[in-house]
Amino acid sequence: MPAPEQHRLIFRHIDEPGYSNDLACYQRNGGYEVLRKAVQRKPEELVDEVKKSGLRGRGGAGFPCGVKWSLLDRKSGKPIYLVVNADESEPGTFKDRYIIYRDPHQLIEGIMITCFANKVERTFIYIRGEFPGGAKILEKAIADARAANLVGPNILGTGYSCEIYVHRGAGAYICGEETGLIESLEGKRPYPRIKPPYFPAVLGLYQCPTIVNNVETLCHVKHIADMGGEAYSKIGTPNNTGTRILCVSGQVQRPGYYEFEVGRLTMGQLLNEVCGGPLPGRTFKAVIPGGSSAKVLKFGERYKGKRKVGADMVEYDWGVEDIPMDFDSLAMIGSMGGSGGVIVMDDSVSMVEALGNINAFYSHESCGQCTPCREGSLWMKRITARMVHGEARPEDGALLKSVADQIAGRTICAFGEGCAWPTQSFVAKFGDEFKGYSKDKRGPRPDGVPELV
Amino acid sequence: MIALKPETLQRIDEVIPHYPVKRSAALPLLHFVQEDQGYISGDAIEWIAAKLEIQPINVYELVTFYPMFRQKPMGRRHIRVCRTLSCAIMGGYRTCAEFQRQFNTGLGEVSPDGEVTVEFVECLASCGTAPVVMIDDDLHEKVDAERAIALSREIKAAQAAGTR
Amino acid sequence: MIQPAAPDLVTVNIDGREIAVPKGTNVIEAALRLGIDVPSYCYHSKLTIAGNCRMCMVEMGMPAVDPATKAPVMDPTTGRQKVNWVPRPTIACATNAVAGLHIRTTTPMVKDCREGVMEFLLINHPLDCPICDQAGECKLQEQSTGYGRGYSRYVEQKNVKPKRTLLGPRVMLDDERCILCSRCVRFSKEIAKDDVLGFTDRGSYSTLTCYPGRKLENNYSLNTVDICPVGALTSTDFRFKMRVWFLRQTNSIDTESSVGANTVVWSREGAVYRVTPRQNDAVNDTWMADSGRVLYKAVRGQGRLDSIRVNGAESALESAVKAAAEILKAGGAAVVGSGGSSVEEQFVLRKLCDALGVKASLVARVGKGDGLLVSADRSPNVRGALVTGLAAGLPSATLDSLGAQIDSGKVTAVVSIGEDLGAAGLSAAQLARVSVVYLGTHANATSAAARVVIPTLTVFEKSGTFVNQQFRIQKFSRAVPGIVGATDDLVALARLAAAVGGPALGADVGALWAQMAAEVPALATMNYGNLPDGGLLLDGTPWAALPFAEGPSLHYQPTAPKEAATP
Repeated sequence: MPAPEQHRLIFRHIDEPGYSNDLACYQRNGGYEVLRKAVQRKPEELVDEVKKSGLRGRGGAGFPCGVKWSLLDRKSGKPIYLVVNADESEPGTFKDRYIIYRDPHQLIEGIMITCFANKVERTFIYIRGEFPGGAKILEKAIADARAANLVGPNILGTGYSCEIYVHRGAGAYICGEETGLIESLEGKRPYPRIKPPYFPAVLGLYQCPTIVNNVETLCHVKHIADMGGEAYSKIGTPNNTGTRILCVSGQVQRPGYYEFEVGRLTMGQLLNEVCGGPLPGRTFKAVIPGGSSAKVLKFGERYKGKRKVGADMVEYDWGVEDIPMDFDSLAMIGSMGGSGGVIVMDDSVSMVEALGNINAFYSHESCGQCTPCREGSLWMKRITARMVHGEARPEDGALLKSVADQIAGRTICAFGEGCAWPTQSFVAKFGDEFKGYSKDKRGPRPDGVPELV
Repeated sequence: MIALKPETLQRIDEVIPHYPVKRSAALPLLHFVQEDQGYISGDAIEWIAAKLEIQPINVYELVTFYPMFRQKPMGRRHIRVCRTLSCAIMGGYRTCAEFQRQFNTGLGEVSPDGEVTVEFVECLASCGTAPVVMIDDDLHEKVDAERAIALSREIKAAQAAGTR
Repeated sequence: MIQPAAPDLVTVNIDGREIAVPKGTNVIEAALRLGIDVPSYCYHSKLTIAGNCRMCMVEMGMPAVDPATKAPVMDPTTGRQKVNWVPRPTIACATNAVAGLHIRTTTPMVKDCREGVMEFLLINHPLDCPICDQAGECKLQEQSTGYGRGYSRYVEQKNVKPKRTLLGPRVMLDDERCILCSRCVRFSKEIAKDDVLGFTDRGSYSTLTCYPGRKLENNYSLNTVDICPVGALTSTDFRFKMRVWFLRQTNSIDTESSVGANTVVWSREGAVYRVTPRQNDAVNDTWMADSGRVLYKAVRGQGRLDSIRVNGAESALESAVKAAAEILKAGGAAVVGSGGSSVEEQFVLRKLCDALGVKASLVARVGKGDGLLVSADRSPNVRGALVTGLAAGLPSATLDSLGAQIDSGKVTAVVSIGEDLGAAGLSAAQLARVSVVYLGTHANATSAAARVVIPTLTVFEKSGTFVNQQFRIQKFSRAVPGIVGATDDLVALARLAAAVGGPALGADVGALWAQMAAEVPALATMNYGNLPDGGLLLDGTPWAALPFAEGPSLHYQPTAPKEAATP
């Protein structure tokens, strides 16, 4: 079956010739009309639309957005904050960048609708430090919108006011974790908070109720406010509604960003048709479907079981190519949809070295607050580094898995799972490579195979 | 004592009221000071702490946590090569080695002529156009070893012409 | 500390055993009440919860109820309500008691969690035990023995960090040993209010640091050494001096001020090696000031009096007492007592005063209260003098009225209990006109000029009680024997009292108490033997109107309105 066409909802104007990131262009294309309509409605209605839409977070966790909003403590009397997570740092992910650089007003409109719906009066966009141009673009866009009375005091004469401030990060992946982000925004070291009791919806920024939402998620809110939650829920697949931007990188013919209805295409369609298949003379070996924290999938393995389709339980027997690209299916077969970052590796890549690269990333980014992640991530990195650059022992694969097993589920935040899952899945699925690595690397490095760590 | 430019002081005074708690302005102030002075000195740390009515250790903790802040001057041009998985698979390590060779410099050091610092960074969120490199604030895509040579030539030309 | 009238109790089930605890009690504390040890590092009952060591992980479950009807779901095999166990472990320190909470601490999952955390803590930890002061009281040692796997699988290089940094005059830091629990950082910020410590760098390279140029030198810095679970923070005074398993622990009281912080005196073979705080949630929590800890150095310090003298010549107790009695019975005697004496000593001194027909004067020692554990009254037991009737009012700043009596010739002899009379305001001329009987521990101008000198014991060498600013009577016990040449205060005072015509008194604390309980109203129902370790509150209302010097401090609010002592 051929792959469906892209459904460019968020990315409609990215790559459109002549489309620029200024307010005038955005308004020529219907910009801020949705906000105009939204502020005439009751805020609770907008929250309801988002609930009906079934929108799930696009930052990595896939948590239902409407549920997140409804957990807000609206009775405390404290100000409610929205924090926009523009810290895009999950390896393999590159979608928020384009929204910020090329269509920033879509984000701002989504932010304003979200703020209005949740009675937020001050919001911060936490943008990663490595997007300095993006920060400037956002600041200008906010200023322009403010001048047009779309942001700031008394929006469009409604009496509702909301300020947006841009806050730059400085190179820490852990600031993408919602409570780490909040701590960083408060000017402290970004140590994630223990939950309970510090659920952001109750005790968030400055101990006030806070929602933290991903850039792409907030853009979807704008479209939900436009077409209504029910219409939105018909896009995509049940429980996996709407569109999402898949970011494909690594060893395919046409890496890049592609926006599809969630669950309407399979991994095989994505990689072989949309992205043109493997590089000449190579075959696909492994793919990480949802950012480097997701468990790896090995080409050739099978996934079997029963799953619910409509009202029935249906059997499935899939290869990697057959997996529908939606949150639930990917979770069901033992990985996750995550941030949508699809990283493809072919038969020229050593899985030991690839894991070494990933382990180096996590050990570098670990904040160091809690014991298992702090010590375990560095230990795993040292093991793979030793395997690649020093002496590799046949038992090192089993040791890696054992260390990773002591981290996942035992940490303050999901970084524990993020650093453990790659190791667990690489060793589980490519165990023979790990056992035989010392023998494999005796010869000279094959031509064209880059070093990874 | 630190001598910040008037524009910097103005930006600082404008940004602090954005936050209900002064301490939140620590990161913005660190960025402004680093853009102004090239790095964060001990004096700057104490100045920022006094400005925000917090303790110097609270600022020092941040400067050493975030890799983007540096406590020593760097080369005039800052070359950051991504080394995370997608970029590495597409040859990021070769790219970095080429830059180092072009400027005769080690990782994280200032090149002998003071012009360039080359370092590795983690994922820059542009994996589809790997390998990627940031030179100062600009992103450069699909930078293989050949393109690295071309970019290095541009840097050297600008250096000779006294421009950027 | 205000106790709620009826704490809201909930029943929790830990390892199959039930206990009722106040709602909100964390699981570590609840388990402690059942005698179950939940190991931890970063948790401290007096600091905010950090939850970063992950050692206290346990299994948690709640009773199953039908979501619609809320009816309990029963387990057919046991006939009891089913418990839904959470598949992931939870940290006990951040899990608070609610009705029906179930906890398991002995399952394979918990065992694996503990082994995992222990292994992670040890992989970068230096093999310093043979040279580390913490050995013998090190949580890492204890918990790796109790809960660790027992062997190492780590073959990589260990982290190298700064190894002996002098953080401040009293605290040494070894960053390699630090397990980043953040107890010291939290203590400095929350309790000592001196936000000077923090972590630099990140990940496993995180390092505990004092800001360059600053020092950890506040008067509570040594508490960080107490609470550091490993040998990262150690006391410079104690460094390399003694292995802790050779030391005997004796309960005592800090005499620095009327706070009466509870302490432990650590000694071996007659020498004191260090003093640490003892937990008393009503007085000092788990803290004490650094300045109180060094007081033990006075035991063998300069100027310690060590021989009984009569008119300058060495003598024995019998002769000294006889000589002193003669001086005092000749008429015109006065007594200068001390707020540093124990309650028992003050009781006996009162008998001496009664026999001489005089009232005692006391000299006030007032300093600046720090709002925490050093109060403005720098005597530990002024209230003991009030309770025993030794003094009717508060001590005076100087001995002016005594000086006037000396001038008028009314007073020709003075008994001084440890007071330097010149420093207390008597002029050289006045001093020259009196004969002094001196009982004290250290030499001063008065002891040098005294006709009779009887060296006595420091608080470390005797037992007794003090009454602190809260009117709490607290016991202290003898940690080391008195130095040769010193006499037990009670023995000396009792003999002196008898020699001037006073009643016969028991010369040790136990014997004395029967009499004290009979004669002192505030002590009426008490018994030294069963005085609890945490002390007992006396009724201070008879003295409520007196203008006590102390301002608010930890666990103390003055009853009369007063400006808070600014630290």
